[in-house]
Amino acid sequence: MPLQSTMIELSRHIVRTLLGIKWALLALALLLAFNAIFTDNFFEIRFQDGHLYGTLIDILNHGSKVAIVAVGMTLVIATAGVDLSVGAIVAISGAVAASLLVERGAPWYVAIVAALVTSLALGLWNGALVVWLRLQPIVATLILMVAGRGVAQLITDGRIITFEDSHLAWFGNGALFALPVPVTMLALVAGVGALLTRRTALGMFIESVGDNEQASRLAGVPDRAVKLFVYTFCGLCAGIAGIIECSYIKAADANNAGQLLELDAILAVVIGGTSLMGGRFFILGSIVGALLMQALTKTLYMLDVSADIAPAPKAIAVVLVCLLQSPAGRELIARWRSRRRGGSA
Amino acid sequence: MAQQEKGGQRMRLPIGRRDIPLIATAIVLAGVYLFGVLTYEHFASWAVVRNLLVDNAFLGIAAVGATFVIISGGIDLSVGSVMAFAGILIAKLVEHAGVHPLAAILIALMAGVLFGTTQGLLIWVFRLPPFLVTLAGLFFMRGAAFVVHSQSIGVRHEFVATTLNETLSLRLPLGSRGIVLPVTVFILLATFAIAWFVLRHVRFGRTVYALGDDAQASALMGLPVGRATVQVYAVSGFLSALAGVVFMLYQQSGDPASCKGLELDAIAAVVIGGTLLTGGIGSVIGTLLGVLILGLIQTLITFQGDLSSWWTRIVAGVLVLLFLVLQRALDALAVSALNTSEES
Repeated sequence: MPLQSTMIELSRHIVRTLLGIKWALLALALLLAFNAIFTDNFFEIRFQDGHLYGTLIDILNHGSKVAIVAVGMTLVIATAGVDLSVGAIVAISGAVAASLLVERGAPWYVAIVAALVTSLALGLWNGALVVWLRLQPIVATLILMVAGRGVAQLITDGRIITFEDSHLAWFGNGALFALPVPVTMLALVAGVGALLTRRTALGMFIESVGDNEQASRLAGVPDRAVKLFVYTFCGLCAGIAGIIECSYIKAADANNAGQLLELDAILAVVIGGTSLMGGRFFILGSIVGALLMQALTKTLYMLDVSADIAPAPKAIAVVLVCLLQSPAGRELIARWRSRRRGGSA
Repeated sequence: MAQQEKGGQRMRLPIGRRDIPLIATAIVLAGVYLFGVLTYEHFASWAVVRNLLVDNAFLGIAAVGATFVIISGGIDLSVGSVMAFAGILIAKLVEHAGVHPLAAILIALMAGVLFGTTQGLLIWVFRLPPFLVTLAGLFFMRGAAFVVHSQSIGVRHEFVATTLNETLSLRLPLGSRGIVLPVTVFILLATFAIAWFVLRHVRFGRTVYALGDDAQASALMGLPVGRATVQVYAVSGFLSALAGVVFMLYQQSGDPASCKGLELDAIAAVVIGGTLLTGGIGSVIGTLLGVLILGLIQTLITFQGDLSSWWTRIVAGVLVLLFLVLQRALDALAVSALNTSEES
């Protein structure tokens, strides 16, 4: 009986999520249909040496980094906050891991743990500024966004640190359960996030803080602890993405690692149906949003659009999806529908 | 204000609580300059002052645009991309299409206004959050800059090289060899003067303050909130494009990859200048001081020689934090002062 009710609850939640992100799903479907017609072998997936290969796997693989950050960002945005510093944390995390490994000769697991602890601490710092200094989230995380890349440069001494360690390189290039490791990591992060927020009261606390902070405090919700948690969790997610990024290119590039990642992550969350005003969130939606962005990028590359120009059509797509989801946009669609109905009657 | 003065029992200093961040900024600026003068030889020269103005002219103009937007309670993240777009557009038009530089500059400025207006309309009509719209704008204009041309183009047109950069510059008999102020410095100073006048003495400027203080109350008072919102982003688009023009004159080239992250420097300068990121309070004078502080830190790092330029960003971050803490402390003080005066 409890299992059955859990299943019903779960399926209800999934249906609600899918409805919330119908425009993103529609866009993704359109994009895939477009590719099915115009790109050869787009859906082909091969199995070789225990790896899966193919364009779709590629999209999953490269979209995972943004999706992992987007999972953390989802919870932050659900509390009506935002974290602009994830790109900087990605750079610092990669810099810490690579410099410990190469310059201090530390074993790979120490390097990774140190990088994750550092990102955790940076997330906690963001949370502390929001909670105790009561800074606006945009402002609080702006500080780390401005200073963070400089700190990363300081750690790497302004150089690009390259490494050959196979263990560290596995996180970006290896395979686990036939899927690329980043995809497995995404499943892990999303699973932990979903478990924490949907199987405990935490999710409801987050939504209530985002909806009305004062009311939830009066109702006994530990709003400060909730906020500290979401920023710390987001920092950790960015740290994991940082390890994947530096592992993938086998180098820590303090200047370019995680460049514009905060934008990609925020856009993925918004496309995924999570409101920037806070109060409700869809982790699955954010992952779909991140994959949509990656699929769009991949499609543009396949159409021979250069990587420099690609941001422009991405921006247009994002604005369109946001317009469709905005109250004014919904009203417009509703009016158009009723007019059509009125015309036919 | 007048009522407060009548009701006040104790003697008051002629400065209000709102002036304290500005005074703190001025003290920091003086402190940083003094530190430079005492630490390095040749720091107290007119050449340093001249370079400070020339090297930061584009940042200053961009920061004025950011001041308008932030006072109105919004934010504009597209500044750097718009600058790059304006620069490469002018270079392309002048060098590859044979357009006269003045016409090209006009076209670029109009493109900036058009783009800013579009952002403002998206924000006002569809109620999309400013940082989301301008984030998309950042992406869009960066891509658009690369559509115009994928590489940097040097601008060697005679009009730019001689008329704009030489004839229009001013030689001042300061220091041992005299200093030359290029036209970009005058554009910077004019921008600040006009912005100061508009924010202080023009109806639009006062609407911007009201909008940032409380948009709902402003609308209820009958202020043209929608028009002002769109205008603020149009002003920001125009000033971003103007900053791009100045950057093009400074570099004598247009580069689609330039000015990445410049919006952060601009916002940092605005915050250090004492403007509240929540909107409603701030001034362009503070922004000018903020830009000069960031520039002076850069100069100090150059004088030191063995420090890398990324220290600028770290120091800027720390300064932003300090000023935010100061503002928070002042708020807390004001609240407690209010409480005690109510008790007595």
